[in-house]
Amino acid sequence: MSPAAVKMESQRKEYGRALVELGSKNRNIVVLDADLSVSTRTVEFGKAYPERFFNCGVSEANMITTAAGLAMAGKLVFASSFAVFLTGLTYNQIRQSIAYPKTNVKIVASHAGLSVGPDGATHQMLEDVGLMRGLPNMTVVVPADARETYQATHALASFNGPAYMRFGRADVPPISDEGSDFAIGRASMLREGADVTLIGCGQLVQACLAAAKQLETEGISASVVNMSTIKPLDNGMVDRCARDTGAIVTVEEHNIINGLGDAVCSAVAAHYPVPVTKIGTMDTFGESGEAGELLAKYGLSAEKIAMAAARTVDTKKRMR
Amino acid sequence: MFATNQVWNSLFEPLPRNRTYEELERIAREVRKDIIRVTNAAGSGHPGGSLSSADILTALYFRLLKHDPQNPKWDGRDIFILSKGHAAPGYYSVLAEAGYFSKEELMTLRKMGSRIQGHAHTDVPGVEVSTGSLGQGLSIANGFALSYRLDGRSQRIVALLSDGENDEGQTWEAAMFAAFRKLDNITIYVDRNGIQNDGFTKDILDTSPLEEKWRAFGWNVVVIDGHSMKQIVEAYETSLKVKGKPTAIIANTVKGKGVSFMENNVAFHGKAPNKEETVKALAELEAGSGS
Repeated sequence: MSPAAVKMESQRKEYGRALVELGSKNRNIVVLDADLSVSTRTVEFGKAYPERFFNCGVSEANMITTAAGLAMAGKLVFASSFAVFLTGLTYNQIRQSIAYPKTNVKIVASHAGLSVGPDGATHQMLEDVGLMRGLPNMTVVVPADARETYQATHALASFNGPAYMRFGRADVPPISDEGSDFAIGRASMLREGADVTLIGCGQLVQACLAAAKQLETEGISASVVNMSTIKPLDNGMVDRCARDTGAIVTVEEHNIINGLGDAVCSAVAAHYPVPVTKIGTMDTFGESGEAGELLAKYGLSAEKIAMAAARTVDTKKRMR
Repeated sequence: MFATNQVWNSLFEPLPRNRTYEELERIAREVRKDIIRVTNAAGSGHPGGSLSSADILTALYFRLLKHDPQNPKWDGRDIFILSKGHAAPGYYSVLAEAGYFSKEELMTLRKMGSRIQGHAHTDVPGVEVSTGSLGQGLSIANGFALSYRLDGRSQRIVALLSDGENDEGQTWEAAMFAAFRKLDNITIYVDRNGIQNDGFTKDILDTSPLEEKWRAFGWNVVVIDGHSMKQIVEAYETSLKVKGKPTAIIANTVKGKGVSFMENNVAFHGKAPNKEETVKALAELEAGSGS
C-alpha cells in the first residue's frame, strides 16, 4: 500500500471533538486532565466549557480519585492523560475508587503503545490493557481508527460504569470507508476468509487487513476481525472464527502477556481449541525511534502478521 | 432547582442537632463499648484508631452533619468520607447507634456474607464511599466539592483523615488542589493520635510540624483537643463561615482513648481485644474511668 494514497487521521482529535459535542448536549459531563490536555485534546472541551474542565496539574492519583468523587456526586466524568501515567501511576486509585464501587468514570488514555515514538520506553505503555482488564467491573475499549474513536467516545458516554479506552499518539489510516457502527462488546468482521482469522485491535487492525491481502497472493484466505472491545470480549465472534477457520492470529500494540491475545486464548481454550499465535511486543520495553520504524522493528507489521498466519495454518494442518 | 433545594433543607431536619456536649459524651461512650464488642466478636480489626476518632465521629453524626438514617441517600445530606477506612469499627458503631442498621448486624463485622466489611464499604447503609487504601479520601472530597459547587448545592463535604495518612503523597496532591480551587465547602479532621501501624509516627515517618504543612498548602488550620466535644463542634461551626479556603481541623487525640491499657498502645492499632481484655475494657467504659 502506498502511504501517500492513505488519508491519515488523528484518534486524539476525534476524541476531543466527540467530547465537545457531548458537552453541548449534556451539561452533566465534566472532563479532567493532568497537564497533558493539549496532547490528549481534552483542551478542546476546556475551551468550550471552561467551568466543567479541571486541569489537575501533574497529579494523576489526585485526578483519577477526584474524578471518582465527581462521579459519585452524579457527574459523568472523562479523565485523560498518557496511558503510561493514567494507568501506571493510578492503579490502586482506579482499583479502590472506580472499579470496586463501580464508579461511572471514563478513563481515556492517549499515547498508548510503541507508536509514541521518540519519547522512548518510559512513555511507551505496553501493559495498560493487562492492568485494566484484570480489574473486576472494568470495560476495556481499544478503537481501531479515528472514526471508531469518535463513536466509542459517544458510546462510553451512554454507558453506565467504569471503562478504560486507549489509543495512540500517531495519526492512523481509516480501516474502511464505511465500516460498521461501534458498540461496546461487539467485534466486527471486516473480511471473511476460510483458512485463518486475524483478530486485531487498535491501529494494527489496518496491518491485519494488509496482511490478509498479502496472504491472498500466497493462496491463504484470511478473515479479519476488529476486536475493539477487549473486555467484555465478544466470545461469540471468537467462537465463530475458531469454528470457521480453525486457526487464529491475534495482533496488538501491547505486550503479548495479558492483552488481547491472552483474552482470545482463554476464550478459544475454553470453547473451541484451535492453534493461536499471539503477535505483540515480546515481553520487552520499547525504545526511541519513529512510530513506523518501531512497529517494524518489534514485529508489528503486515509482513510479520502474514508470516505468523502462514505458520499457524501449517500448525492447524499438522494437528489434523 | 437550587432554591428549592435550600428551602427543602431548611424545612427538613431529620435529626435533632441541638444535643448538649454531655449527651454527645454519653453517646460516644456507647460507641466505644460497641467498638470493643465488635472488634472482639470479629477477632480482628482496628480498635485503636476507632477509639481515637470516636468523639469526632459521634459529634459529626449526632450534632453536626445533616443526614437521615431513615433515608441514607437523602438528597440534602452532607457528605462524609472516612478516609481512614480502617476506623470502620468506629464508623459502623456510630452508624448503628444512629439507626442506619441494627446492632445485631453490626456484630457481623468481618464475617463472610455480611455487608459489614472489614473496611468501610458502600454496601453498608450510610457509608458514602468505600475506603481502606490510605490517601484517597481527600481527593474524593475534592470531587464532591467541585460537583456541588458547580450545581450550587450548599451541603458540606467532610472527611476524616488519619495521622499516618499524612505520609501519603496523594494527600498533599489533594491538599494543594483543594486550596488552589478554593474548595471552602470542605472541612477535614485529621485524627492525630501519634501512632501508625508499625509504631509512633514520630519514629516511623514524622509528619510534624503538621499544622504548618497544611497552612503552607493554603488551608485554614485549627488545632483542637479531639476529645473535647465543645472544641470538635466549635471548630466545625467556625469552618462553615470560612470563605475561599478549605479547613483542616487537626485533632490531637489519644490512640485507644477510653480504655486504660489500650491508650497510646501501638499493639492495639490493628489487633482486637481478647475476651478478658474486652470484659475489662467494657467495665472501664461503664465506669467512665478511662475517659
